[in-house]
Amino acid sequence: MLTSNHLTDDLMRIWITTLAFIAALSSAAVADETAVQIGDAERGADIFRACSICHDVGQGAKHRVGPHLNGIFDRPAAGFEDFKYSKGIIRARRDGLIWDLERLDAYIENPKALVSGTRMNFRGIKDAQDRHDVLAYLRQFSASPQDIPEAAPTALKREIELDEAILSIEGDPEYGEYLSTECTTCHQIGGDYDGIPVITGWPEEDFVTAMHAYKQKIRPHPVMQMMAGRLADEEIAALAAYFAALE
Amino acid sequence: MTIDRRRLMGAGVAAAAALQAPAVLGQARPRAVVVGGGAGGATAARYIAKGAKGAIDVTLVEPSRSYYTCFFSNLYIGGFRELSSIAHSYGTLASAYGINVVHDWATGIDREARTVSLAGGASLPYDRLILSPGIDFVEGAVEGWDVSAQNKMPHAYKAGSQSELLKAQIEAMPEGGTFVMVAPPNPYRCPPGPYERVSMVAHVLKEKNPTAKIIVADPKPKFSKMALFQEGWGNHYDGMIDWIGEEFGGGNVSVDPDAMTVSIDGEEVKADACNVIPAMKAGRICEMAGITEGNWAPVDGRTMQSRLDENIHVLGDACAQGDMPKSGFSANSQAKVAAMAVRAALTGSKMFPAKFSNTCWSLIDTNDGVKVGATYEATEEKIAKVDGFISQTGENAELRQATYEESVGWYAGITKDMFG
Repeated sequence: MLTSNHLTDDLMRIWITTLAFIAALSSAAVADETAVQIGDAERGADIFRACSICHDVGQGAKHRVGPHLNGIFDRPAAGFEDFKYSKGIIRARRDGLIWDLERLDAYIENPKALVSGTRMNFRGIKDAQDRHDVLAYLRQFSASPQDIPEAAPTALKREIELDEAILSIEGDPEYGEYLSTECTTCHQIGGDYDGIPVITGWPEEDFVTAMHAYKQKIRPHPVMQMMAGRLADEEIAALAAYFAALE
Repeated sequence: MTIDRRRLMGAGVAAAAALQAPAVLGQARPRAVVVGGGAGGATAARYIAKGAKGAIDVTLVEPSRSYYTCFFSNLYIGGFRELSSIAHSYGTLASAYGINVVHDWATGIDREARTVSLAGGASLPYDRLILSPGIDFVEGAVEGWDVSAQNKMPHAYKAGSQSELLKAQIEAMPEGGTFVMVAPPNPYRCPPGPYERVSMVAHVLKEKNPTAKIIVADPKPKFSKMALFQEGWGNHYDGMIDWIGEEFGGGNVSVDPDAMTVSIDGEEVKADACNVIPAMKAGRICEMAGITEGNWAPVDGRTMQSRLDENIHVLGDACAQGDMPKSGFSANSQAKVAAMAVRAALTGSKMFPAKFSNTCWSLIDTNDGVKVGATYEATEEKIAKVDGFISQTGENAELRQATYEESVGWYAGITKDMFG
């Protein structure tokens, strides 16, 4: 269950896990990423009642003491032309504040810590689970990634320790083959360079180095950074072995 | 030739498996039937056959002998591709992978008896069924339009003769004429598709008919890559495109295909070419199978199994899975998870955690390509977006050209991944 989901703690944990990978490449630490809900939207709807004194959300929502919150995810701060904002929040817009999950979480934890001079007179929600539940509720009223693929994520990715069953597939060529199916949507096995490079026949070590460089976002290319970013070290190794073994 | 070698290997493995199968399963080879030979179905059939190495009897039902991909059909309209370059046949799936390809329409599904009936009269038994029928249109979605009007006002949202027709009508527009697009409501196949199409139409008109106008009547307040398209339209086709969104009555539309007029929020427009893209629903066979809720067939993203029948998997545009856009890339990605699940169920092969991804490239003008992509994970409730990226406004020409070239490479890659 999601009892101790402090978002910032999670981010910190992901970062520490990532560092641990880099530091301990030889260890058996395997992580995979899985998705968890932002929070419990139903519970969030209850908690939101306190917010609804000033903020409207849902079909036909209108500005009240505060602006309505439809489409809040991904919107720049002070984003409505027909709402009179505080100077503080207009300054935040100029500084480039965009309401993503992390910023919304920080704002409702303590509005004045994120935006000095905001008119939102609210002492904040200290409990991380409560904040997540409210944000899960609010996320339903912003664009869906099914319709707008670039819309904000609807789940949190989490690096977790894999269970024994998955650990035992390390080096499994079948697993490498399964993982490779994501590559072959774009990369051809053999054939010519066609705008996308061929990935078979690389020396294993070069392949592993390149994938880690994408994963750490040192090597540029957004698709590859994203694809490599979700692979654990052993998964990269399995892929390298699989591709190297192909003719 | 690799194909010949594979064919021989396939035949040998199939023979061996046929001998072993009764001992292992106590029956003939388990049967997987796939309905629909597009990005979902062709990929699923190929991956089941490839992985099972003859241990599963795979049948693919697809009416067309020549399949035109909907992705890249806009580039045909824009003059960047030949129609023949987006046509594919099923020869390799049959010869190199031993898939039984049946060119017929699936007309009904008996879920109790586990059979698919075909228009030609045959009945195909299955142990697992994969439905990947793509889209059909919601009747009465655009007032005045039904499928019988598709020659006067093409949808061109199933590629092939419809794409040809629309291209010919655009090229035959009188000087200074008007092209009208009626854009679809959410959710629909290929979120950036209508707007890439507008770009391609503008590209053609800029060359052949530069005083022509484009009007887009859209029931939505915003759309995918909106800032990128609007920037591109300003840069390449300044003043040519008039996008009328929800706020200005873009959803209040009726058409008269005989008079070639379109009424947008009460104002009548005379169209010289008109592209009506109506609201969409799952391909009809899903409804016939009784596995839809509303317009789409709900699935469990971990295996792509129907929420209403565990022996049926639904892929691509037809399914309701959560956050993935309805795209060829998504269908291809989902097909690999479904193929793994079908093999695991029928032969006991390993099941790995489902991973999904999608990237949608769009061409705005010559060498001006943009993209949006994301990775997804399956939770109990849905397939959820966890990470993503999008091209930025103001990118330099070199990067945009590389993005376009990458899309050409992707097309070659995915069609090989689908058809072998």
